[in-house]
Amino acid sequence: MDHLDRLEAQSIYILREAYKHFGKLGMLWSVGKDSTVMLWLAKKAFFGHCPFPFIHVDTTYKIPEMIEFRDRMAKEHNMDLIVEINREALEQGMGPEQGRLICCKALKTEGLHRVVKNYGFEGLILGIRRDEEGSRSKERVFSERNAESEWDYTDQPPELWDQFKTDFKKGNHIRVHPILHWNEIDIWEYIKRENIPLVDLYFAKDGKRYRSLGCAPCTNPIESTATCIDDIIEELKNTKESERSGRAQDQEASHAMQKLRKEGYM
Amino acid sequence: MEEMRESVNIVVVGHVDHGKSTLIGRILYDTNTLSEGAIEKVKKLSAEKGKSFEYAYLLDAFEEEQQQGITIDTTQLQFATQKRDYVIIDAPGHKEFLKNMISGAANAEVAFLMVDASEGIQEQSRRHGYILSLLGIEKVYVVINKMDLVAYSEERYEQIQQDFNEFLYNLNIFPIRYIPISAFLGENVVEKSDKMPWYKYDSILETMDSITKEEGVKNMPLRFPIQDVYKFDHRRIIAGRIESGSIHVGDEILISPTNKVTKVKSIEYWAEKDKGDMATAGMSVGITVEDEFFNKRGEIISLKKDAPITGNLFNANIFWMGKSDLVKNKSYKLKLGTQEVECEIFSINRVIDASTLETLDDSSAVHKSDVAEVTIKTKQMIGFDEFKNIRNTGRFVIVDELNVSGGGIISGIDSSLQNRELTTKSTNLAPRKRLVSRKDREQKYQQTGKVIWISGLPGCGKNEIAVKVEKKLFDLGKKVYYLDSANIRFGLSSDLTFTEADAHEQTRRLAEVASLFADSGMITIVTSVSKFKQDREYARHIIGEQKYIEIFVEATEEVCRKRNPKGVFEDSDAHLFYEKAEYPVVTLYIDEAEFNSDKKAEAILSLIQEK
Ligand SMILES: Nc1nc2c(ncn2[C@@H]2O[C@H](COP(=O)(O)OP(=O)(O)O)[C@@H](O)[C@H]2O)c(=O)[nH]1
Repeated sequence: MDHLDRLEAQSIYILREAYKHFGKLGMLWSVGKDSTVMLWLAKKAFFGHCPFPFIHVDTTYKIPEMIEFRDRMAKEHNMDLIVEINREALEQGMGPEQGRLICCKALKTEGLHRVVKNYGFEGLILGIRRDEEGSRSKERVFSERNAESEWDYTDQPPELWDQFKTDFKKGNHIRVHPILHWNEIDIWEYIKRENIPLVDLYFAKDGKRYRSLGCAPCTNPIESTATCIDDIIEELKNTKESERSGRAQDQEASHAMQKLRKEGYM
Repeated sequence: MEEMRESVNIVVVGHVDHGKSTLIGRILYDTNTLSEGAIEKVKKLSAEKGKSFEYAYLLDAFEEEQQQGITIDTTQLQFATQKRDYVIIDAPGHKEFLKNMISGAANAEVAFLMVDASEGIQEQSRRHGYILSLLGIEKVYVVINKMDLVAYSEERYEQIQQDFNEFLYNLNIFPIRYIPISAFLGENVVEKSDKMPWYKYDSILETMDSITKEEGVKNMPLRFPIQDVYKFDHRRIIAGRIESGSIHVGDEILISPTNKVTKVKSIEYWAEKDKGDMATAGMSVGITVEDEFFNKRGEIISLKKDAPITGNLFNANIFWMGKSDLVKNKSYKLKLGTQEVECEIFSINRVIDASTLETLDDSSAVHKSDVAEVTIKTKQMIGFDEFKNIRNTGRFVIVDELNVSGGGIISGIDSSLQNRELTTKSTNLAPRKRLVSRKDREQKYQQTGKVIWISGLPGCGKNEIAVKVEKKLFDLGKKVYYLDSANIRFGLSSDLTFTEADAHEQTRRLAEVASLFADSGMITIVTSVSKFKQDREYARHIIGEQKYIEIFVEATEEVCRKRNPKGVFEDSDAHLFYEKAEYPVVTLYIDEAEFNSDKKAEAILSLIQEK
């Protein structure tokens, strides 16, 4: 087994644990590279099947190519797709001009919380990674959220020997993080090896590409000439910029991300 | 060909403020791992707090951690040297966050145990040492930090090394090296320090690169715990991860604890590139089998010749992190591999203060942060291994209410208590950990303990054969003992009569005693009428198939009557009825009353010699 085999086997193990333990389980699919890798891992874990729905929290501010790609993949892979839009908030005029963090909370955190409530999810699979940002580097693989989707990071349960938190109070839910242990380069090497389809936005056009995808008003492409995966890997090996530096919500005051995530953000 | 990427997981543990976060921060900084943004942030934060540059902020990401200047939760960060990738795990040093320290350390292959040179060995230095030994982390380096505060003194270094070794050797931890550093000033972190010319070995980073990665589990016995069984389409796929060994299409496999046997039909896959006819340790796979009987999560697939132990009682060394104490007479959930069963603490044999190694007087409960030796009884039979033999199936966690509250490793169980479900009315037992195992005895005595169960109707000649077998084996220098069921009726079974129920109880006692004899390494000969097959199956179950050899002395009715004129056939009219076994047994035919018992005994001897 090589490095990617080991990462893959561990992720599959986690996905199967989630499927075994949670009656109501869903996978968050942001359309980005990480969650598309997860879709792939799920197909491997369940031998070509996807035994749970995929959830896309749509802020209506997403980059249009993302929505196009989403709908194409959903059809091709016969995915059971739930698209959640927080219409109430939008009708009341919610948007990035109200303040980035306020908007993120209303359209993403709230949106996510509503899906959990409406469908009664016990388990929610998310594609976050430890190397993305500080509060994620401290996450557990199975991470409990209370009835309000809040995270008590000051008192996380022990997690050892792949024995995860599977007992919890009714009304709470568990965030499952199957690719927590991967890093950004692992993701790209795996996409290359497995030939996983991706939205074009990641590849450079006119000297720019997206390194991380989000809402159009708050996501900036980076300067890049990387037009293929090999170029991207080479670029990443030599950069000192952080992956999410193009994501506005990460650049706000210190601990902004921790606060967002405490309230239930991905 | 591209070079294979390799990743090593290293945990940094030790008493609070001994410099764990600083060392990791320093390594990340010096290996150019940090993004510009991250460094800027820490500079800003440090300035706000009036400090020069606090490396610890790079890891203590939570606001609470930075405000209070402590590490609350474990962090995993990645960095790379020229040679390979590392995951470095920061573990909190406060006693109250021990559960987070354990969560971090359980993922590591290597540990750096930090000790402050000026403060010396403290409570958590020792407790963390103990936890490392329970987690089975053998590659341990002690890092003596803040050497700048003791003027880089070799003497101080030697002193700490001597003191700490005394403690750690008791835990079977043998540090590979003691590395003197100053994390804050970067002495001996990346490059060798010129401040300590007396230290002849590698710096921290050089040491890391010199560690060889263990890849042993592939060559161990197969352990494939069933994680789930899928029926999404026409295939019925048994899914799981191979914890050790390897599995091939066509392998004959045993499923524990149900003891069913079947063959691997196929190894399933989705992506064409994953197609294959074998799988090895670490892989998450799915197989189909030839006989589709019911199997479920928790059962362990192995090869027939190397099966796990099955049982409902075992000894373990545990650490406790629960908010409420671990006590007897309370139901807990035990998670071992993919098995989840109800269990209780059968006995608490010793409670230890992990920071002093002292045995606590009160062994009625195990408190938070203590370690203990306990005996655990599960409600159902489970499959397991001794931790020292196979790790992944030799360790477990205990769930109290909704929380994982303890973890432990199985130190074993007396072989006389294995492979069957045990029940008892007494609540005050404690199966002790023994220092001599059955294997040890076998090696010493040059023989394997077993029971030769000779059955047959009264008068068939079994006693005559048995005494000959005993004598012959004895003369060969074997350790042998003949347990005559008739004699037992004068002592141990003097309360029993010859009713069917009592006959059954007599078989149980005989089998239990014989099983202990065999366990002591003795070749044990038993004679017993045991004409009902149910009774013999029971004996075989108690003694264990591996150790049990059944011999049926079959004599004609005429021979029996002639040889036993008084006719002790009190139990029923069907006195000459013998119910044959459903599995193959050796049968000795006796067709004349004056048969040659010597010859029959020889036959038995040649039979057990082969075994
Ligand atoms: N003088 C000196 N101080 C150090 C050294 N390493 C760490 N420190 C300081 O010791 C304190 C505790 O360090 P920290 O890394 O937070 O310890 P932790 O609790 O083990 O993670 C901090 O104020 C560090 O600046 C060292 O090598 N020399």
